[in-house]
Amino acid sequence: MAVDTTEAAAATEAARQAMGGIGVSLARKEDARFIHGQGHYVDDVVLPGMLHMVIVRSPHAHARIKGIDSSAAMAIPGVIAVVTGELLAQHKLAWMPTLSGDTQAVLATDKVRFQGQEVACVIAETKYIAEDAAALVSVDYEPLQAITTPQQAIEPGAVVIRDEKEGQTDNKIYHWEAGDKDATDAAFARAAKVVSLETFYPRCHPSPLETCGCVADLDPVTGNATIYMTSQAPHAHRTLFAIVAGLPEEKIRIISPDLGGGFGNKVPIYPGYVVATAASLLIGRPVKWIEDRTDNLISTGFARDYYMDGSVAIDENGKFIGLRVNLLSDNGAFFADAQPSKFKAGLFHIVTGSYDIPAAHIVANGAYTNKAPGGVAYRCSFRVTEASYFIERLVESAAVELGQDPVTTRLNNFIQPEAFPYQSASGFEYDSGDYPRAMKVALDMLGYDELRKEQAEKRAKGELMGIGVASFTEVVGAGKGKDYDIAGLRMFDSAELRVHPTGKAILKLGVKSQGQGHETTFAQIVAEELGIPASDVEVREGDTDNTPFGLGTYASRSTPVGGAATAVVARKLRDKGKIIAAHLFEADVADIEFDHGKYNVKGSPDNVKTIQDIAFAAYTNIPDGIEAGLEGVTYYDPPNMTFPFGTYLVVVDIDKGTGQVKVRRMIAVDDCGVRINPMIVEGQIHGGLTEGFGIAFMELITFDDEGNCIGSNFMDYLIPTAWETPRFELGETVTPSPHHPIGAKGVGESATVGSPAAYVNAVIDALSHLGITNIDMPVTSDKVWAALRSKGVTE
Amino acid sequence: MKVTFEINGAEKSVDVEPRTLVVDLIRTKLGMTGTHIGCDTSNCGACTVLLDGRPVKSCTLLAPMLEGKTVTTVEGLAKGGKLDAIQEGFHAEHGLQCGFCTPGMMLVGKALIEANPHPTEDEIRWGISGNICRCTGYMNIVKAIQHAAAAKTAETAGVA
Amino acid sequence: MFPAAFDYTAPGALDEVLSLLGQHGDDAKVLAGGQSLIPLLKLRFAAPVILVDIGRVDGLEGIRRENGHVRIGARTRHRDVESASDLRGTLDVLLDAAPLISDPLIRNMGTVGGSICHADPAGDWGAVMLAVGAEFVVKSASGERVVPAAGFFEGPFTTGLHADEVMTEIRVPVETGRSGGTYLKLERKVGDFASVAAAVHVVLGSDGRIATAGIGLCAVGAHSIKATAAEAALVGQEPSDEVIAEAARLAGEAAEPKADIRGSAEYKRDVARVFVQRGLHTAIDRAQGEAA
Repeated sequence: MAVDTTEAAAATEAARQAMGGIGVSLARKEDARFIHGQGHYVDDVVLPGMLHMVIVRSPHAHARIKGIDSSAAMAIPGVIAVVTGELLAQHKLAWMPTLSGDTQAVLATDKVRFQGQEVACVIAETKYIAEDAAALVSVDYEPLQAITTPQQAIEPGAVVIRDEKEGQTDNKIYHWEAGDKDATDAAFARAAKVVSLETFYPRCHPSPLETCGCVADLDPVTGNATIYMTSQAPHAHRTLFAIVAGLPEEKIRIISPDLGGGFGNKVPIYPGYVVATAASLLIGRPVKWIEDRTDNLISTGFARDYYMDGSVAIDENGKFIGLRVNLLSDNGAFFADAQPSKFKAGLFHIVTGSYDIPAAHIVANGAYTNKAPGGVAYRCSFRVTEASYFIERLVESAAVELGQDPVTTRLNNFIQPEAFPYQSASGFEYDSGDYPRAMKVALDMLGYDELRKEQAEKRAKGELMGIGVASFTEVVGAGKGKDYDIAGLRMFDSAELRVHPTGKAILKLGVKSQGQGHETTFAQIVAEELGIPASDVEVREGDTDNTPFGLGTYASRSTPVGGAATAVVARKLRDKGKIIAAHLFEADVADIEFDHGKYNVKGSPDNVKTIQDIAFAAYTNIPDGIEAGLEGVTYYDPPNMTFPFGTYLVVVDIDKGTGQVKVRRMIAVDDCGVRINPMIVEGQIHGGLTEGFGIAFMELITFDDEGNCIGSNFMDYLIPTAWETPRFELGETVTPSPHHPIGAKGVGESATVGSPAAYVNAVIDALSHLGITNIDMPVTSDKVWAALRSKGVTE
Repeated sequence: MKVTFEINGAEKSVDVEPRTLVVDLIRTKLGMTGTHIGCDTSNCGACTVLLDGRPVKSCTLLAPMLEGKTVTTVEGLAKGGKLDAIQEGFHAEHGLQCGFCTPGMMLVGKALIEANPHPTEDEIRWGISGNICRCTGYMNIVKAIQHAAAAKTAETAGVA
Repeated sequence: MFPAAFDYTAPGALDEVLSLLGQHGDDAKVLAGGQSLIPLLKLRFAAPVILVDIGRVDGLEGIRRENGHVRIGARTRHRDVESASDLRGTLDVLLDAAPLISDPLIRNMGTVGGSICHADPAGDWGAVMLAVGAEFVVKSASGERVVPAAGFFEGPFTTGLHADEVMTEIRVPVETGRSGGTYLKLERKVGDFASVAAAVHVVLGSDGRIATAGIGLCAVGAHSIKATAAEAALVGQEPSDEVIAEAARLAGEAAEPKADIRGSAEYKRDVARVFVQRGLHTAIDRAQGEAA
């Protein structure tokens, strides 16, 4: 008997693996082309007659343009054109709208407003010639005073950066509030203790290994515009192109081929895309523009740059009763944040985090500076990262002030599992969660109590060791469309599923993978829902002519929205399959049962028609009155966001002599609901933890007083290698999203959102007994050394 | 000027400007696009090729420096339709996501296990520290190289 | 990013190289591994008229012992020093420094002589060569010079090498006593230049006292620095915590760091002190261990 059971179980497991449905760590379908070096990225596109474009950029952060002389550049053989803002202005293309309702210069006409701003474009037969010529474009600048911090920007009398904007008399961009001021004031008035934190989340950059670029191919005869583009949101970009460039939308085809990472960097529309497109139209030949790394770092969407200060009000029992946060954002020279239009500071108001805080008030102000625009969410759902960092750092401070273990402070204040759905004080309805459980799993994995003992022993010997805790809650998967839109486009997403007569399927999506493994994961959803093996489901994305309209991939929204659309469309086909099955069985539709790709009549489980039989019948033997075929399309508008969460624990050792921090261990317990492909989920978490590590310890875009960018190449913008990167230990809990068709929540960004605070909290935990309460990121060795030195600690 | 070298087993003779970077020669002149450009400053390793068997950064090599040398790119890994053990390893262990660093990582991994058939995790991490991956966090790249090393060891044992 | 156009030649014999350098002077640049030069060309910080590639000249590579010296061909790759395990025990500092240069791929191409001649103040070999008291063999059409490392580094990217000269060999004296050394480097990540680094090399006499001491500092001045006062404070002394601490203090004083994104001048100076202190302990332990 036992043997039989084992064999049956093995057979079931084998069938499950062969099907590749939800929960199977299926090896990736897309790998084959990449391991053969046959990935097809934008820079691999070569078209007949293709020209190359190089952008001439401003060396100044703020300067008036007095003249541009391109004669020397034009004199080089092989140079076709030098495009300036003046030329674009003749076509009304010198300025373009941003994703946050502002305007941005395509090529500067009046002033340059940040170092690296696009001033002219050289178009030539080869990229070598284009770069030679770009060095010869002579621009006469009259330097102006540069503003490099938002604090300087909002001072009365500060030089106005956006003087071309009608009615703009200062450098303020927006003022935005969330929560309830009066209730929060009342909470602070009755607080037994108030703990405050002032911190800066510095500017960093997504820096996907592939930079941004495009090949614009406009056919002057047909008017067809095919644009190969590094785009995380090709459909939205098509519409915006139609609006910006005035091209007829039906003539525009955006193809976003394989992307070498994105992390938010490939969400905005950059001037290079627009100029290459305009140039292709004017010249009548395809134009390729590919950034070099410096172009990418100094001009494209940066992230963060948020100055945050706030306080938590705590009652006599150690319970949080109120939260106040003020933030000042540095948005650069143009307000180009990629975020839902109703929310000027993205979803920063999720800042109450995992804690039951009955009153909260958030005040946000934004300022222009002479720095690159962008404000993209670097592996983050619209400023959730800054919010999570702030609350987790503040809770750490609260624990220190309360004299508590930071785990205790968190357990005392978590939203409790039975409180879901939970209405937060700042306006979110959290769909689900079980924070104490994730915490417990993490503590057990780490062996927390033992490490606290070790820490005490080390401290007694003067050695520095710290344990950092962070229990983040994310908000991802925008929309619903009623509340969330990008430039007016509601944040739904789409899936079109076609099952062919032989039972093989094509799934077309409005989202766009940048390496997340959509070709595998989404095929697995179809496998689960329809019973067609994942290996028989081809997933297509990124070509606007051949996929349904969707808002794209960012903010961890592919699985919550596109994944839901996929499940829903598969269920539609499953239901149509019931009608066909009833016809084949000569039974009533209501009597047809479906289980993992097999239809049968109730009571006759052994007489089955497979989904493949049904698919064939859909084209060969369809009941009267029913349309032929087995295909459908769904535009899914989620009823709510999803709220992934988790607990991260970090152990660090600090070298007193050099200030170097060594991450000894890193435990990450994530709850992203149901895991479709656990292997891919873990890969996403590994990547996010590494980017979080980079942000916490080394990644930085900064500027000198003149506005010169420091961090303009990979010698200065530091990305961790395998050597520095910690070894991660992953754990999981599963709390399905109640409103998502398959209970999934999205995972792409959790680790970048949650981990920076865990790393920094570990450093502070190692130093707090010395009276050190904050070190801003990146926590570099010199900063740690300076903090130690300020307390008289030295080797 | 004319430069003659061997790439993926085939002899090539090309006429190039001396300043041509090897990565551009490979991508543009030879049309092999598996070798990528990630940083321009020899920090990222997306352009890694094997030069006489040793991994080097082809963005920091001038075309004339190839004269008489042997180059292997990612396109030269699979032989007669059979994947190299390193390719198998990257697929089996989910050692890649966006695929942009993958050719370089695989070439470094291959050279590494040829020089050191039983590398420790530290040796692997040290060996790939000239190559940046932005997606994977390296955990599965380490496993992929271990996987390939184990497969090669098993293969050698089988032959013996 | 690409270099501006240049002429290129790759002579097969050293004489041809020297004659070309004599002919072109400052317009020519010697290309060895290219790992420092090519980035400069790409950034267009350097735009030579002609590159003279010494890659095809025989006899410029390899490490051998001869006449009380370890002789390193100028075109020897960093990687080959890294794997020259027979230097352990006599020139630990070379073996410890080599793997910390840039990253593994750069070390496969980059050359010892190229790096020394490039003379980046944050280049690792400069400090090492000062610590071990190396000499550089340089040749021109008019003859050969042997130049001590001390005094060779004149400023950022500036050395005593003349435009018509090429370095052919590095000679490191091998002392007869028990020696030990090490190299400590603070870098922000693999592949980074040093924020601070220190090379330490000591030789103990038969009486157990420090017979010679070499300390080179990296990235804390306009060029690699030889911490001569610290060295002098060690020579003739019985090794002790106090002697080491004092030498380390003097080495810290010899540093002339500038504040930058990597840290304040005080920070770098103190790390130099800490590294020299740690390095001397390791070096002396190694030297003493050798006797055991």
